[in-house]
This record gives sequence, C-alpha cells and structure tokens, in this order.
Amino acid sequence: MKKMCVVLDEREVQDNPFKPEMFRIVRRYPLTSDVNFFQARPMDVDEALKFNYLPGQFIMLSVVGEGEAPFCISSSPTRPGLLEFCIRNVGTLTSSLSNLKENQTIGIRGPYGNGFPMDKLEGKDIMIVAGGLGVAPLRSLLLNILDDRDKFGKVTYMYGARTPELMLFRDEFMRFKERDDINCLLAVEKDESGTWKDKFGMVTSLFKDLGPIDAKNTVAVVCGPPVMYKFVMEHVVKLGIPKHQILMTLERRMKCGIGKCGHCAIEYLYTCIDGPVFSWWDVLHMKELIGRGASDKTFA
Amino acid sequence: MMILKMKKEDLSTFLDSIREWGELWGPVKKGDKCTYAKVDSLSQMDLKATRTIIPPKKFLYPPRFTMFDYDEEGYVERLGDVPKRILFGIHPCDLHGVLIMDKLFLEKYNDPYYRERREKTLFLGHSCIPDDKCMCFATNTDFIAEGFDLFFTDLKMFYLVWVGSTKGHDLVRMRPELFSRELDKNDILNYTEYRKWKNAQFKAQVDFTGMPDIFELAYTSPIWDQLAEKCLSCGQCSMVCPTCNCYNVTDEVELGALEGTRDRFWDSCMFREYSLVAGGSNFRDKRADRLRLWYTHKLQAFIGEFGKPACVGCGRCVSTCPVDINVVTVSNALKELEVGK
Repeated sequence: MKKMCVVLDEREVQDNPFKPEMFRIVRRYPLTSDVNFFQARPMDVDEALKFNYLPGQFIMLSVVGEGEAPFCISSSPTRPGLLEFCIRNVGTLTSSLSNLKENQTIGIRGPYGNGFPMDKLEGKDIMIVAGGLGVAPLRSLLLNILDDRDKFGKVTYMYGARTPELMLFRDEFMRFKERDDINCLLAVEKDESGTWKDKFGMVTSLFKDLGPIDAKNTVAVVCGPPVMYKFVMEHVVKLGIPKHQILMTLERRMKCGIGKCGHCAIEYLYTCIDGPVFSWWDVLHMKELIGRGASDKTFA
Repeated sequence: MMILKMKKEDLSTFLDSIREWGELWGPVKKGDKCTYAKVDSLSQMDLKATRTIIPPKKFLYPPRFTMFDYDEEGYVERLGDVPKRILFGIHPCDLHGVLIMDKLFLEKYNDPYYRERREKTLFLGHSCIPDDKCMCFATNTDFIAEGFDLFFTDLKMFYLVWVGSTKGHDLVRMRPELFSRELDKNDILNYTEYRKWKNAQFKAQVDFTGMPDIFELAYTSPIWDQLAEKCLSCGQCSMVCPTCNCYNVTDEVELGALEGTRDRFWDSCMFREYSLVAGGSNFRDKRADRLRLWYTHKLQAFIGEFGKPACVGCGRCVSTCPVDINVVTVSNALKELEVGK
C-alpha cells in the first residue's frame, strides 16, 4: 500500500545539525607564508576522544562573527583527540582564522561527506598523488594507512609543490623517504633558495620513477588543483588502474554540508553528502564534477 | 483514504471553527495578482485565483530567518517562535512542491527549522481552475494523493473532502456534523465529470517526455548561450519556483560587540556568486552554465533520481520571467534547436 501522508511525528528527531560546537585551538603555526596549520579539540576531553571521522571527510568551521565554510580534515582518525587542518589564507573567513591564536575558540560541526572507503582500500596497493594544497585531505589518508600499515599492500606517495618553501609538511614527508614501507616521491618545480636536494618537475614527472605496479590491485587517490587532474589522470589511466579505482576529492562552495543549501549540486549529486570523494568514472560520465570554468586558483 | 462530503455553504462555518487551532491563511487578491494572506473568514479569499505570486514554500522556509544567536560563548539556536497556521486553498501542484521540499529537508539530515514549520502548518488543499500557463498535466502533478491534511474538491453543490492526516482528521472532528460519510453513485459521476472538465482546460503546448536524454544530448548546445544572451540573472525564477530550495547563510554582527545572528536566506543558482569558492575560482562563471544548472535540476537530475521532474508545472516561471525563459521555452528550444522570441 502507498505510504499515506507525511507522518512527521514518526521521523527520528535529531539534534540541530546546523549547530556548531565550540572547539579550542590547541596549536596554530604557519606552514608556508599563507597556509596555517591548526590543531583543535572540543572543550571537553572526552568529547575530543569520541570525535570520529574518516579520511577525506570535512567539517564546517565557524569563526564567531565571520561566518562558516567547509574545510577538510588533515589529521588521521587513528590518532584521536586533536583535529588538524591546513588552511590557506584566501578570503575573509580564512584571514580572520589566521589571526586567531592558541586557546581561542572556533565552532565546528561534522564530520560530513562520504570520505575515503577505508574498508574497500584494505588489501589494495595504494598510490597517492597530491599537488599543492591538495595534500590537505590526502595527509589524513596517508597517516591513517601508515598507522594501520599491515592492512594495506604497497604504498606510493607522490607530492609536487611549486617550491620547497611551498611544500606543506616538508619535514614530515622527507622523513617518510627514510622508511622502507612506503615509496615517497617528492618534487618541486623550481628552487631559488638552492636547498632542494630531491627531484625537480611537476608531480607528473614522478611517474617515471614509479617502478612496476600491480595496476588491477591498485587504488589511486588524487587531489590537487583542477588543472592538475587532466595531466595526472592521463598517467594514472595509462598505468591500467581501473577507472572506478581512481579516487579524487573535490571542492565546492557549501553553506550547509548536509545536502540542503544546494550550492555544491552537480546534476543529481551533492558534493557534500554524495562526495567529496568521487571516482574518475564518476567524473567521466558526470560532466561537471571537474568544473569547466575552474581555474588553477582553486587549491594551489 | 477517507473521503467525506460537505455542503458548499458549510465551508465558511468550518473554517471559522478551525481557526481555534491556528491562524487562517488563504489566497487573496493583490492588484491583478494573488498572494497568501492571513484572513478572518472565507469571504476574504479568492478561491478562483490560479496561482499565488510566491508558492507556499515561504511558510515552511521563509525568505529570511535567524538560525542562531551567537556570542563568544557559542551558538544558540532560535526555534520555537513559529505560529501555528492553517493554509487553505493550496493547489495540487504546490502540494507536490511541498512533498519535494519534504524530501530535501526532512530526509537524511533533518532540518529542524523546516521541520518545526512543517509540523505547525496545516495544508488544506483545494481543487483548481487551470489556465493557459498551467502544465501540471505534463509533470503528472495535476492531482495529489498525499502531503495535505485535508483536500477539498469543488463539485459545484458539494465538496468532496480527502482526509490526508491525523491532524486533518482532528479538524474534521471539531465540526463532525458538517461532514457526511454517505457517498453515492452521483458523487462518482460528478467527480469523473470534474476530472474530465479539468483535463480539458489545459492549453499549454508542452511535453517533457525524454527530457533527461535531451538534456544529455544538448549539453554543449549553442542554445544555452543564446538563452544566456537573454537571461538577466535576476533570480526571480528561483524565488517563485515551488521546488527551489537553495539558500545562503551569513553572520550578521551587532555594532561594537562580538555577538549577532546567523541568518539564512533564499539564494539562486542564477547568481554569479553561487558557485564561487575561496581564491576566486568559479565553477559556473558563465551565465549559460548557470541557466543549464537550473533547468537540469528541474527537468533532468530529479527525474534521474526520483523518476519524476522537480518541476511541478505550476506555471510561475512562465508568468514571472521578464525575458520569457521558462520550463516551456527552454525545453522547446532544446528540442527544436531554436530559441523563441
């Protein structure tokens, strides 16, 4: 029988999903001249330990009196207690954020979005390709995989930045090069300081150093400025990795994070609840996932 | 579904009685247009009007309202100050619009602001007289089977009253003597006659069959650029559309203090800032891209997901757009490869 009328009273009552909870900034320092690193936690330490999420998920962050915007989480859920973000100073909200200091408060609600399908990644070889600020969500995935290292196959990490100074978490990643359980490939496009001892070129130039891969058992995860996708995808697809095993995480304007405000709509999907992680196959048959008008200013 | 019968002359008495439950609102004349207004009695309403300027979504989801009061300590939600309202005279297309809003706002994460207003608003539907802009026949929204509390079908001497919810039933029970359960074969004949009559009223030339495929085929069609040449990006189509739900949020600040309100207000994907992200990248910088998004959402995407268009055929975009861009002209232009004058 057809379901009759709208029985609102039977719907599950939830807490107000729009209400930000207050978090304390535990640490803040600059990663580059315009990107800040933040650590924050709920005021209550038990709440802090309970805050669970998946790599690739995002939160809606409020600065009191300034507004609210979506930011991806850069920390790993395998290290509970503190949430980490790298936030580039590009607008009014982010510049007021950059003026906040330790022990000041911000509002946070979430986590939102599908995140990376961690259970499906288990047993697979993982190839992570990051460009510029695209490293922000991928660091969460990378740390999670390294913390749960035995659950995954071969791990390759490729990261390209314009200069050594613009390479986020440079020291952290340089140390990964010393490990034998991860193939960490780093490149910069140019280095006026003369301090860079590693590879030069775009992130795509690192593909020649990959060595043999088991394409059918590999999941590639890519994030970077929209202009990067076209070039990186050419390489990844050429390796023979199936298109539904190539994942990417996207950015859109969002005012709610929970599928109500409409801004992040792409055809019948919402980036906030159906994404922000999509596969390359999604992108190929949904024309607007990588915006036509998108410029390289988006991430990097 | 429970269907009751009421004498036409008893409607006024009934509406007077149920005002005990909450404010009575209905369609009233405003110049040569029509709008929902708070009324005291049936005599103030214009039940012959085909469509109001703004659909009833404004009662569930006002054009602008405060979500939170904030200060340095945090955010305090502002709920609970919504009056109980009875909306009378809502047409099937608009009720279908409400059902689509219910899907958007109440499924998955449910929106407490929408939910509160939905619970405090009763929808008393009324049969309508289609005009030359109505196209609910093409969107399958010309009749309604759910979403209302009561629905009145005007059969000249009588109303047939569909009871769609327990709250609607409660209203009936406030004046049970005005309703009869005795339906006879004349009621069936009259109702069949009414449906035939209604079906014969539609004059709009419109056919949305196959639209999802046509949108897919016409993705790079120059028609979009030609339409964009005409479009003013004024966003009126979004304001009057029963299924446009997009909104924006801003924090308003009190002068000289770190406190204020977080406000939510209607937005339109026709506006340039709609898809703009920090750093200046705009995923829909071109007006043609924004137009295509709007119409994709009405005539393609929703069909893909729910099997029916998000357009409910109310005709408001037809009567509102100053440059004649609407679901009819756009769907025809995509099929005929020509933008009408």
